[in-house]
Amino acid sequence: MSETIILLEQVNKHYQKINALQDIDLRLEAGEVLGLFGHNGAGKTTMMKLILGIIKVSAGNISVFGLDPLDKQAWASRKKIGYLPENVSFYDQLSGTEVLTYFARLKSAPKNQIVELLEKVGLADAKDRAAKTYSKGMRQRLGLAQAFLGNPKLLLLDEPTVGLDPSATQEFYSSVDQLKSSGASIILCSHVLPGVEQHIDRAMILSAGKSAAIGSLQDLRDAAQLPVSIKTKGINGALKNNAQLAGFMVAHNHLLVPESQKVQIIRQLMEFENISDIQVEAASLEHIYQHYLADNKRSIEQESKL
Amino acid sequence: MTPILAVALKEFQDGIRNRWFISITLIFSLLSIGLSYYASAASGQIAPPSLSTTIASLSSLSVFIIPLIALLLCYDSFVGEQESGTLLLLLTYPISHGQLLLGKFLGMGSIITLATVLGFGSAALLLGFNSSFAAVLPAFSLFILTSILLGLTFVGFAFVISLSVSEKSKAAGLSLIVWLFFILVFDLVLLALLIGIENGVSQQGLVQLMMLNPADLFRLINLAALDTGDVNGVLAVAVNSSHSAMTLLLVMLGWVIAPLLAAMAVFSKKTI
Repeated sequence: MSETIILLEQVNKHYQKINALQDIDLRLEAGEVLGLFGHNGAGKTTMMKLILGIIKVSAGNISVFGLDPLDKQAWASRKKIGYLPENVSFYDQLSGTEVLTYFARLKSAPKNQIVELLEKVGLADAKDRAAKTYSKGMRQRLGLAQAFLGNPKLLLLDEPTVGLDPSATQEFYSSVDQLKSSGASIILCSHVLPGVEQHIDRAMILSAGKSAAIGSLQDLRDAAQLPVSIKTKGINGALKNNAQLAGFMVAHNHLLVPESQKVQIIRQLMEFENISDIQVEAASLEHIYQHYLADNKRSIEQESKL
Repeated sequence: MTPILAVALKEFQDGIRNRWFISITLIFSLLSIGLSYYASAASGQIAPPSLSTTIASLSSLSVFIIPLIALLLCYDSFVGEQESGTLLLLLTYPISHGQLLLGKFLGMGSIITLATVLGFGSAALLLGFNSSFAAVLPAFSLFILTSILLGLTFVGFAFVISLSVSEKSKAAGLSLIVWLFFILVFDLVLLALLIGIENGVSQQGLVQLMMLNPADLFRLINLAALDTGDVNGVLAVAVNSSHSAMTLLLVMLGWVIAPLLAAMAVFSKKTI
């Protein structure tokens, strides 16, 4: 039923001496949102450039909309792709409307979409001002509007929420959800995005050019076997005295419990009469991310020792 | 709208917006009108200057100014967009390297072309009213046509420079060196060859050497069309050669196309 939008098979990319990407496999279906995470220089941007057809793979296969992105025939599918680069400052002397008009012409996007998009990203009031007077957040919004031109079927967004205030971030995620429900595939790329968890279907963690982990957040969480954090209030010291609970204690009133024993421990905690509050938190994306990065580092170190 | 036209339109509008167009037009018209009236003073006469004196003075001044303006207008055309990140973005759009290059050439070329026609054309009109159009028009048409070709050549040079470097400041420096080479150094070397080596360069050989420099070609074509009495220096030797103006114009056209091809080659190898 669902159609494959992006397919990467054993993709390698190296510049002169640096291995930017090694043996990357990825399949992205229509309507899927992938979070691409990694430290600086992990290869996120390189991967995007490969998918966009700006650079050539050194080895392996890549296909976007069923075609090699560097192929002449893939030209037409570029109209269906939206891209927000990491650092972009648009033509300073042009106004927001003029910038979008230019890009809309290049993409053959309908003209009436420009006003619509400027309103959607909250730039309607500033649309006739020169872009050089825009704040960082406004520039980012203009970049997003640019990426949304022409109702793209594939969106690649590099650090999309940098510089956005919380409410703009919220609006951004709601547009992501909207595009997703209209069948667009999206790759969100970031160091770590606060609040991104609910909006992505799968996450891919890159580390030093290798795929450290890929899967749904639940899968990654299970595989990492990260403990659940439980914080209690009102028990005051009684935790210490319970031999079983004391084993999980990391701080006063704070337990780290394996996922499998979570329910049992909570039941046990509920038996304390004076408990007034309990906070249960599954491992966040950030924890998962840290875990896999550390994991990857260990394996690299082991490799170098051998 | 085709991508080429979209890019050309944007570049042209940019040129109008940042007042490049109006400035170039003003410079050219002031220069040509001024020289039409006062060029005679330089040659020590008080009478109104002859048409050939005017064109001779105009070409020796334009040969400095037109390349400089073209380089200034275009040196950051690619490296500027690379620095701000829009070049990377443009390359993800449905537009090929060639289309982008051609679009920019059309847009910026139109600015130079239009400014040349309006600027120098205004002087031609003034002169025509004061004397006769029959004499003024042919001389000025050739001058304007070659000015446009010279401008376009250096637009192409600016593109090659802009695509070869990754910093704006380097592009600016390199532009200055290119300008210095074609306008000053090349002629000095030619002179040195003529004087230093006896019978080293024949008249024919000299003209052929001058074809390697679009700025010299520009002077050659314009001065060859005049009464040779107003011409002196290295050029006086070359002017009496047998090449027709048509051949020289074609070589100049080649000088417009060659840098563009070079720019295309650099662009396709460029990593962003």
